[in-house]
Order: sequence, then C-alpha cells, then structure tokens
Amino acid sequence: MAIVTQDNHGLRLAVRYLVLILVALVFMFPLVFMLVSSLKPTAQLLSDTSSLRAFLPVGDISLENYAAAFRRAPIGLFVFNSIFITLVTVCASLFLCSLAAFSFTYLNWKGNGIVLSVILATLIIPFETIAIPLLLWVSRLPWVGMEGIEFGWLNTYHVQIVPWIADALTVFLFVQFFKDLPRELIEAARAEGASWWQIYRRVVMPLSGPVLATAAILKSLKMYNEQYLWPLIVVQDEAHRPIMVGLGYFFQLNVAWGEVMAYLSVITIPVLAFYLVLQRAFIASIASTGVKG
Amino acid sequence: MRKTSIFATALLASVSLSHAALAQTELSMWYHGAGNEVESKLINQIVDDFNASQEDWEVVLESFPQGSYNDSIVAAALAGNLPDIIDVDGPIMPNWAWSGYMQPLPIDESAIADFLPGTKGYWDGKLYSIGLWDAAVALYARESTLEELGLRRPTLDEPWTGDEFMAALKAAKDSGNYKFALDLGMNDQGEWYPYAFAPFLWSYGGGIVDRETYQTAEGVLNGDAGLAFGEWWQSLFTEGYAPGTSEDPADQQRGFIEGDFAFQWNGNWRAVATLDEVDDVVFLPAPDFGEGNKIGGGSWQFGISATSEHADGAAQFIEFALQDEYLAAFSDAIGLIPSTPSAAKMTKNYAEGGPLEAFFALSEEQAVLRPVTPGYVVQSKVFTKTLADIANGADVADTLDAAVDEIDADIEKNSGYGH
Repeated sequence: MAIVTQDNHGLRLAVRYLVLILVALVFMFPLVFMLVSSLKPTAQLLSDTSSLRAFLPVGDISLENYAAAFRRAPIGLFVFNSIFITLVTVCASLFLCSLAAFSFTYLNWKGNGIVLSVILATLIIPFETIAIPLLLWVSRLPWVGMEGIEFGWLNTYHVQIVPWIADALTVFLFVQFFKDLPRELIEAARAEGASWWQIYRRVVMPLSGPVLATAAILKSLKMYNEQYLWPLIVVQDEAHRPIMVGLGYFFQLNVAWGEVMAYLSVITIPVLAFYLVLQRAFIASIASTGVKG
Repeated sequence: MRKTSIFATALLASVSLSHAALAQTELSMWYHGAGNEVESKLINQIVDDFNASQEDWEVVLESFPQGSYNDSIVAAALAGNLPDIIDVDGPIMPNWAWSGYMQPLPIDESAIADFLPGTKGYWDGKLYSIGLWDAAVALYARESTLEELGLRRPTLDEPWTGDEFMAALKAAKDSGNYKFALDLGMNDQGEWYPYAFAPFLWSYGGGIVDRETYQTAEGVLNGDAGLAFGEWWQSLFTEGYAPGTSEDPADQQRGFIEGDFAFQWNGNWRAVATLDEVDDVVFLPAPDFGEGNKIGGGSWQFGISATSEHADGAAQFIEFALQDEYLAAFSDAIGLIPSTPSAAKMTKNYAEGGPLEAFFALSEEQAVLRPVTPGYVVQSKVFTKTLADIANGADVADTLDAAVDEIDADIEKNSGYGH
C-alpha cells in the first residue's frame, strides 16, 4: 500500500513538473523565437515560421543582423536615452509620490480625502486624451537651462521626464502601504519631538523597502517599455529619441525582420538584467498589486 | 610690429570666415527616411551638395521613422515648430495644405513640365509639392506560369479584360500547383489598400468619392459600379483565389518568390528583390474591368511648411534636388520610378531595355491620383475597413452604404473641406 502511495506521489510530481515545463515553454517561446530569429537572414526567418525550425538555431546562423541593426540606427544612443529617462523619472517619482502619500496618510489637512480621490480618479483617464493639450502646454513652458531661461521644452530629456514623475498609481501604492504601518511608530516619533520631515526620512522610508521596490519596478517597466506616443510628438531630434521610437527605424517598405529581432534582443537585455537582479521583488510586487508585469 | 601685423591678419581672416558662416541662413528640413541607410545617404548627399553649392543657405536635415513621420508633423504643426522643408506623401498633401501646414511651392513650373503626373502635388489650383520619384503597382507573374497555363501575355495597349483575368486565376487554381492563384498583400491594412485596390474600383467605373464635387460618396462608392466591384472583390476570397486579411506577412514577402502564388499584385519597390530570385518574372499591367486599366499614383514629395520664413531658400533647395542626376541616383538605389524620362534613361532599371522599364510606362499611362481632397485622410481609412470587411464576408451593399454614410458625415462635419 505504501508502495502504491509512493508511486502516486511520484506520478503526481512528474505530471506537475510536466505541466510546469509546458507552461514555462509557452512563456519562453516568444523570447526564444526572438533570439533565434535574430541570428537568421530575413528570408530564412520567414520560411522557418511555418515549422518548429522557427525556434531552433539552425540553417544560416550569424551575427550579421546585429551588425546591420547597429549600422541602421544609433542603438547605443537610444538605449542610453531610455535608461537615463527611466532612472531619473523613477527616482524623482519615488521621492515625490511617497511625499504626497505621506501627506495624505499622516497629515490631517482639510480636503485631504477629496484631493486623494481626485488624484486616484485620474487613473481612468487614458493618456491619449490629454496628449495634445499637454503638448501645447510643454511647447510653451519656460525652463532654466545652461543658457538662461528658454521657452519650450520640445527636444529635451526633461520633456520626457517631468510629465511622468507624478502618477496616481504610485501615490496609491504608497498610501496603501503607509496605512498599514503601525501608527504607534509615528506617534512615538512625534512625542520625541521629531519633525514631519524627520519622520518621513528616518522612520517611514526605512520601513518602505517593499513598496519602493514595487513602485520602482512598475514605473521602470512603464518608462522603458511603453514610452512611444509622448516622445514621438515632443522629440523631433534623434539625439533624444528613446528605444520605442527607435524601433520605427526598422520598419521600411521591405521590413528586415532579422534586424528587428536583433534590435529587440539588444533592447531587452537591460530589462532582463533588471529582472534577474530584482527577481524576488518582481514576483512580490505582482503578487501584492495584482498588476501584470 | 611684425607680431601686430600677424595678429591683425589673423583677426581679419577669422572675422571674414565667421561672417561667411553667419551669412548662411539655416533651413531646417524633415525627412521620413530614418533607418533607411540607402535613402539617408542619398538625401544627405543632396543636402551636402546644396550647402556647398551656394553661400546663402544651409539645410540641416532631421530624419524620422516613416511609420511615425505624419504624426510628428501634425504634432509639430500644433506646437508651432514645423521646419522649413518637409516631405509629404502625395495623397496626404491636400490635407496638410488645407490644414495650413504648407504653403504653395514658389518654383518655376516650366522646370517640372516633363515630370510624371503622379509626382506633382496640386491643391486648389496651386502647386504645393513635387516628388523625385513615383511608385507603381503591377501584376507579378512568371513567363513559365503564363506558358504553362496557356495564357496570353497582356500589354499596356491590350491588357487583360476582367474576364481574362478571372480566367487566368481559375486556370492557376485548377492547376493545383499553387497555394493561391493571387496574392494581394491583404495583411498590410494601411495605405496599401486604397493605393493598390482603389484602381480596381476605378476600373469598374466607381470611386471612393465623387471627384466632380468632392462633397459625397453617394452613387460612386455604392452605385452599380461600386456594387459590381464589391461582389467581384468578395468573390476573390469566397472562391479561394486569394488569401484574406489574416494572411501571414511571411507569405506576402516570400510566397510569390517560392512559387506558392501564381500572381502577385505588388509595388515596384519589391521588384528588384524579386528579380534577384525569380529569373523569368514579368510585370504585367492591371486588368481592365470596363473603364480602362488603372493603377494608383503619387508618392513622397517635397514641400514648404506654412510657417517657414525662408520659402525662397527652401524652394531653391527643392529645385536643386530635382536634378536628373539625383532622380536617377534615387531610382538606382531604391528601385523607385524617376520623375522624368530623361532621368529614366540614366538609370539601370528604367532605361530602354531595363528590367523595370515597364513600370515607367505604367506610371505614365495608367496612374490615377487618389482623391485630391483634404478628406482623403479619412476616406482612405474608411475604404480600407470597407474592403477588409467585404473580404471577410460582410454584405457588400450594406458595407458600401455604411462607408458612404461615414465619408459623407466627415465631409459635412468639415464643411466640405474647402472645395
């Protein structure tokens, strides 16, 4: 009887692993297809799509697509731009949104709840509906630069950073987290004579590692992967273009799909590295927010 | 004393040089060719040659990815930072002129008298844009296919009739040698649809909009000719002659070359690559469904933005770019049709006896511009959706009626688009 149970256990384990392997393969297929295709000439890549060869590094394999992709577009510049814009935006966003959330959670000012509700309501407004008014606005705003005051933010890094710093989702994440922190800690610090700034910096933020990781991950993915429409309309010079606009360089009348795959592979590297470093935080953030990564 | 003299000479020289540099007024130019190495090299060459040829103007080029170029122009127009020189896709030009993004092109029109009709962009009786090339569509086939199926080779003077065309498709289908008789490139649901397929509608005698008034599509898109076209169009898919809207892009790029399709309706920009792989490819004229054999005309052209304060300099650059040597260089490099017969003679593909010579004649004799109206930007999208719906089995009459309603409502909403 014990042997039968052991067999059942072994069988269940095998089935479980089989299912998990199949699911993993399904999720890995797009990545494998991208990487393998980036090594094939376009004609072979297209021919292979009708068979399992699409996922195998077979046939005429080389790094020529990578060389051609780097000749076609300044990929290094685009990747640098995206990483720089992402880093600055995420850092500024974590600071400002956590400050706002701190104020909403701990400072009892009049209209606090209404303002938070209004901010959260902006979650339902698609960016496309405000893109044009925002464009008209930023094209006339002043900015103090190296050459004094200039009007118009177009063709700059800050036009791709400032409008994205504050967002309702990040404020919401911080508010939810701060609400769960023990009130006693704040009250004790107040009793000790700490200022609000000291409480924010020395008490609340050191305890906020999980929410900082969650907010940083969600914001980073959004800034790195999804910035297309806004830079498209506010950046007209190549020097400030991010990776997603750069993808357009590869879609000519005769699309060189091998180069497209090579470009996608290159721009995926920073995201993969980011994921591998913060793998645990990624899973925790998705579990805690219910938001798909 | 000697030191003072050297210093004075150096100062004078530097002042003169900086004066010469300052004397060149900067002209900004936007172009849709970012990522296209060959095209970028050519356009940069023209810009460099122009800048070196005179001392008044300096063109500064910024290139954009083609897919997002139009959006960038519209955004820049809203933000008030359009450049001096822009390039514009031919059928879009009337909309940009009507919207106040462009100004008439102040060049001597006698200099473009022999340009192909599809390369000249007129709106409201004025020239707004001019192109260095045109594009054309043809029916790709193999000599061996025509022989094997016992088909007459159509010519410009004697194209296939609609019945002959359908007989050719039936013969190809019945032979069992092909996955499909005809590839139309149905997966590309953008400007390809009106550019490539509206000529069939025109050949039936219909139209996307009434070109007499440009105030309605009633009776032209959904009249008898439109209905006949719609029924024929649907039959291509219901009878299995052509793959539908879900066609794999890989098939569209490789299908004809690998012998999966007997015929392919495709542009001249694919001709060079096809010639490299298919020895006996022939480029046949469009079939005639009753009102003549037609193809679409009008490609990318140069114009001047409405906000440019240097229209004279911009026009000077555009005139400079229209030299035959540049038209021929573009054609040789990217396979497009040069705008003039004299430039065509300088090319390797379009000169007499050249492998693509047929396309020049197609463009010269068959090309019809898409509706020259600001409303075309909406009409092209409606037309695309309509053809896709009919291909997917929607009721022909109802779908065409709905398209007419949508087009007419848009014209009315825009107060007739200035016609």
